[in-house]
Amino acid sequence: MMLLLAIAIVAALAATAGAAAALAARAPRLDERLIEQVNALLPQTQCGRCTFVGCRPYAAAIVRAHADINQCPPGGDQTAASLAAFMGRKAKPVDAGFGLMPPAPMVAWIDEVACIGCTKCIQACPVDAIVGASRYTHTVIAAHCTGCELCIPPCPVDCIEMRPARPIAKSQPSNAEQAQTQAAGDRNRGRVCELSA
Amino acid sequence: MIRRSGVHGGLQLEAHNERSTARPLRRANPPAQLVLPVDQHAGAPARPIVREGERVLHGQPIAEPTGQVSAWLHAPASGRIIAIEPRPAPHRLGAPTLSIVIENDQRDDRAEPSPSIAFEQRSPAELLEQIARGGVVGLGGAAFPLAAKLDSVRAARPLTLLLNGAECEPYITCDEMLMRERAEEIVLGARILLHASAASACAIALEAGSTLADAALRTAIANAHDERLRLVTVPNIYPAGGERQLIAAVFGLEVPYDGLPADIGLLCHNVGTAAAVAQWIRDGQPLTSRIVTVTGDCVREPGNLDVRLGASIRQLIEQCGGYTDRASRLIMGGSLMGLALPDDDLPVIKATNCIIAASHADLQPRDRELPCIRCGACSEACPAMLLPQQLHWFSRLADLQALEAHGLMDCIECGCCDYVCPSQIPLVERFRETKPLLARRRAERADARAARERFEARAARLERIAVEQRAALAHKRRVRRED
Repeated sequence: MMLLLAIAIVAALAATAGAAAALAARAPRLDERLIEQVNALLPQTQCGRCTFVGCRPYAAAIVRAHADINQCPPGGDQTAASLAAFMGRKAKPVDAGFGLMPPAPMVAWIDEVACIGCTKCIQACPVDAIVGASRYTHTVIAAHCTGCELCIPPCPVDCIEMRPARPIAKSQPSNAEQAQTQAAGDRNRGRVCELSA
Repeated sequence: MIRRSGVHGGLQLEAHNERSTARPLRRANPPAQLVLPVDQHAGAPARPIVREGERVLHGQPIAEPTGQVSAWLHAPASGRIIAIEPRPAPHRLGAPTLSIVIENDQRDDRAEPSPSIAFEQRSPAELLEQIARGGVVGLGGAAFPLAAKLDSVRAARPLTLLLNGAECEPYITCDEMLMRERAEEIVLGARILLHASAASACAIALEAGSTLADAALRTAIANAHDERLRLVTVPNIYPAGGERQLIAAVFGLEVPYDGLPADIGLLCHNVGTAAAVAQWIRDGQPLTSRIVTVTGDCVREPGNLDVRLGASIRQLIEQCGGYTDRASRLIMGGSLMGLALPDDDLPVIKATNCIIAASHADLQPRDRELPCIRCGACSEACPAMLLPQQLHWFSRLADLQALEAHGLMDCIECGCCDYVCPSQIPLVERFRETKPLLARRRAERADARAARERFEARAARLERIAVEQRAALAHKRRVRRED
């Protein structure tokens, strides 16, 4: 009887351990999915202002509770709010200690006359938005630039500056759209009556 | 594919057609000066290929397309280019846009038309290329370049062509008059488009009650001896002339909300577009004129005019007997979706289908807006099957996520919800204001996705390089040890 009981206890212990091991194996995958979902809420600027090297590492840190939800200046308060809602944490505005954003979107611009072709900015760019080769002028593909400013410190001749993004490159509403919006008000102030006849 | 029966919602409106269809189609007098904006089609603006001071012939190309979605522009008369500069344009609500200005010498010398080969003897690809050079755009109002549209459906099979002869809005009768008077051109255009797009059949849709147009088209189809063509009558409900609504009415099919008619094997063109194609392929006459309805309570002799592009709206009104003294507002387009113009010194463009000089009898001043009472009349009227009352709340809250989930971008801005709202809420105005915000949000998300892909590709590349370097180093060490 004692023997049977011992066997039963050992078997139960083994089953529990097995289940725990299986759960542990699944846990990282669950984590991965969560990280993906958090990453989808981030602006993908890859600027590192959050102190992590890119948006995905920051997402991982949020999920593992190594970082707070208010460390993303490019995302702004809106992103902080949606991160808080998603993670079930307390909503708060972005911590200014992680940097401030310009009021309008900016992109990097290289003064091609001053550029010596050192490729340092190309190596720094997290999204491959700078083209050029060693000892040839470099240039920024404005449509690909996320405005992260990571290319500015490595430049030995200080020939990179931030300039306002062109509307087309950074998805601002076009003039036509704005004109239409303005017109809508005027247009609808009087409407045509079909039942007048 | 989702099946549905007929058009959801919509309105039965007084069409006000008899005013402008009482007189036959007239040719407008050629104007002394023509102003041609280079961006009068959807897509990228055309690039001028003529210079100031140069003499051009009627039908000569004066601006070439830039990029995939763009269109040629041709001189609508012979004369001298007196300016290439920004001029006020109707589609920009009077804001200046780069335009080519031609001083008409009234001689109407024509450019040598290219030798006309029967279209059946050409391959669809050749025909497509030829069509692109005619500068034809969709004449239903959106002015989308025809060649780009035909090009985008090359892969879609099987394909059925649908010609839209149902007027989009009350007051507009330019398609009606075209069908009455130029039915053979529409039928020829349909056959050319069938050949160019390799479609198997063509339905020409028109509204119930257009008896004269119906008879003319029936005769033209019988004369063409082409059994691929058939005539379909749709109920006279606004907005049955909307592309998606027409497809629902004719075929009982629903176009996917994030797709195009081509996704369900359909290609929809305006009847005017078909006639313009016929003129270009048969006679070598590019799109340099169009039919414009001039109507409203403030025009003495409303009617339809065949107008050269670039003629000023003021001249059109003059040729229709001028204004009465009741004038209060000038509208380009229909009475529900048209744009109010700041003045009449603006040119006719490819997208100008109708000019309404409205009086107070046409215009109903909007009463004071009252709170939404949740009656739901708007959602019953909505032909896009949206919930305008919900969209109204979400746009007041500026809740972009909810607006997107409720399909704001699928709103066709027809104005049915406005029209039935007992609280006089300017719903479409709100939606139009909010749409650019949502479009911007979508674009931002697309940008973010692209940035993320590049970031991940870069990380993968750096990882691969590191692995390769380690492998090369290990190989070198091994070789040295073996020595």
